[in-house]
Amino acid sequence: MQPFSWAQLWFDVFRRMFAWLGSWRREIHHQRGRAIVVGLPLFWLGLFFLAPLLILLKISFAEASYEQPPFTSLLSWGEDQIFSLRFNLANYATLIADCSDPATSLYCYAYVNSLKTAAISTLLALLVGYPIAYGIARSSPKWRLPLLLLVVLPFWTSSLLRTYAWIGILKGNGLLNNTLMALGLIQEPLEILHTDIAVYIGIVYAYLPFMVLPLVANLVKLDPLLLEAAADLGCRPIAAFFRVTLPLSMPGVIAGSMLVFIPAVGEFVIPELLGGPDSLMIGRVLWSEFFTNTDWPLASAIAVALLMLIVVPTLIFEYVQSRNSPEVRR
Amino acid sequence: MRQRPFALYTAMAFGYAFLYLPILSLIVYSFNESRLVTVWAGFSTRWYGELFRNESLLDAAMNSFVVATTAATFSVTLGTLAGLALSRLGRFRGRTMLSIMTSAPLVMPEVMLGLSSLLLFVSMQQLIGWPDGRGITTITIAHVTLCTSYVTIIVQSRLAQLDESLEEAAMDLGARPWKVFFLVTLPVIAPALIAGWLLAFTLSLDDLVIASFVSGPDSTTLPIEVYSKVRLGLTPEVNALATLIIVFVTAVITLVGWIVHRSKPSRT
Repeated sequence: MQPFSWAQLWFDVFRRMFAWLGSWRREIHHQRGRAIVVGLPLFWLGLFFLAPLLILLKISFAEASYEQPPFTSLLSWGEDQIFSLRFNLANYATLIADCSDPATSLYCYAYVNSLKTAAISTLLALLVGYPIAYGIARSSPKWRLPLLLLVVLPFWTSSLLRTYAWIGILKGNGLLNNTLMALGLIQEPLEILHTDIAVYIGIVYAYLPFMVLPLVANLVKLDPLLLEAAADLGCRPIAAFFRVTLPLSMPGVIAGSMLVFIPAVGEFVIPELLGGPDSLMIGRVLWSEFFTNTDWPLASAIAVALLMLIVVPTLIFEYVQSRNSPEVRR
Repeated sequence: MRQRPFALYTAMAFGYAFLYLPILSLIVYSFNESRLVTVWAGFSTRWYGELFRNESLLDAAMNSFVVATTAATFSVTLGTLAGLALSRLGRFRGRTMLSIMTSAPLVMPEVMLGLSSLLLFVSMQQLIGWPDGRGITTITIAHVTLCTSYVTIIVQSRLAQLDESLEEAAMDLGARPWKVFFLVTLPVIAPALIAGWLLAFTLSLDDLVIASFVSGPDSTTLPIEVYSKVRLGLTPEVNALATLIIVFVTAVITLVGWIVHRSKPSRT
């Protein structure tokens, strides 16, 4: 076993890189068209998607400073001509220390709260979306497309403005409260804006089309004969729904739930505009760490933790899903 | 079987009301005379006038339009290539890499994409002096990266439905691969490309988070401008803007839907 040396490591890295480039060149020589088709997107995403993630990782090991840009460099030439590489683990230590005390924790609370908020919103979206999807799937083919378009149409308008619309509705003297009070249903305005409930409503509203579309795609394929058979065998419609329709539509339910849950976890605009001070979600925390506290390295460390705790599990889950059911792709 | 229970109708009506009442309220209150958005004080179009006199909002809208058009065009190009590579080229060097890199942005929180893109631009500026500061260019680049993933998914699923024998037949008849692409594949996947372009355009036009990270001090996009207004409370001007966007989007979607619908019988 050779002793570890940086020189050897770099040598290996470069050798492999050149070997890889070399084989690429040979491939390009043989099939130019192919190389463009593969190489162009690979190059773009490598430069503007993968490289940023590596830089993110790098800067999560830096220290915040008052320089421009506001972080220290990992590599530096000291005044005594000593080349030094410094990994600062303080950012990760901060995150871990924060999590060890649940009472005062900020980042862990935000993380758990993000998952909770996304889960509740997904469930609500399912409750609102399923009847719509079921109704669309059962309607005559002539009506199906217009009804579906009506669900999708709001998605094409600005999500920021759609969130904004809810401020006017949920406010203390907003539309909802004014209506309820005029009807005499409540005496005092309900406090909904700036609470978690407003965040749930906002998320369900923003992502409802993502729930409905996969459900419709699934429910349309359901054979009505199955329900007829159930009815012939004496099954009541409600029981038939729970014992036949719902189990068969599970792939659609899972696909729709994933499409709502994933973006909801990292959501920033909705909790910021509709939520209260304790509707902390991880996207919001990262945002304020970056823009308000200008602590770029800590923000990077949060992002790396997010990558490990949310993005990687999701990708693995999707991979397993697509393996198990090759036909259920989004 | 064809009986439709009353409960289902009610639930559906509730769902559609939930979807459209907020939009309706935006539109109604854009014609409100009063500055107080929730108090009705009579019909007026004065906020539309104010909107068209608001220079910074108009500039931001122009920026957004330029960014969205460019980003959509670039991402459709890249996404088509990526979709083609993933569904037609079989196994090749870097396939796994490409497939991960096209699907990862879809599940990644926008704050992460924004932050990492910004760090790249800052590092690149330190290293090679480009991009010099941040602005329209950097926003466009970040949007292309995001939208390419969506376009790739759309193109890929369209190509998966498409019978490969059509392309094979053209190849057997002696057409070169590029000719096959332009004469056979492209016309068939054209609806998917239009859908992809529109989706990319919308995503770019709608994006607040990524743009906030990678924008410069004197280049704001429409969502950034709107967000800074909305944070301070309700303004009828924003309602007027929302109404215009809703009318525009509805018109475009209806038009595209109509064209696609009309061209359907003639398509095989």
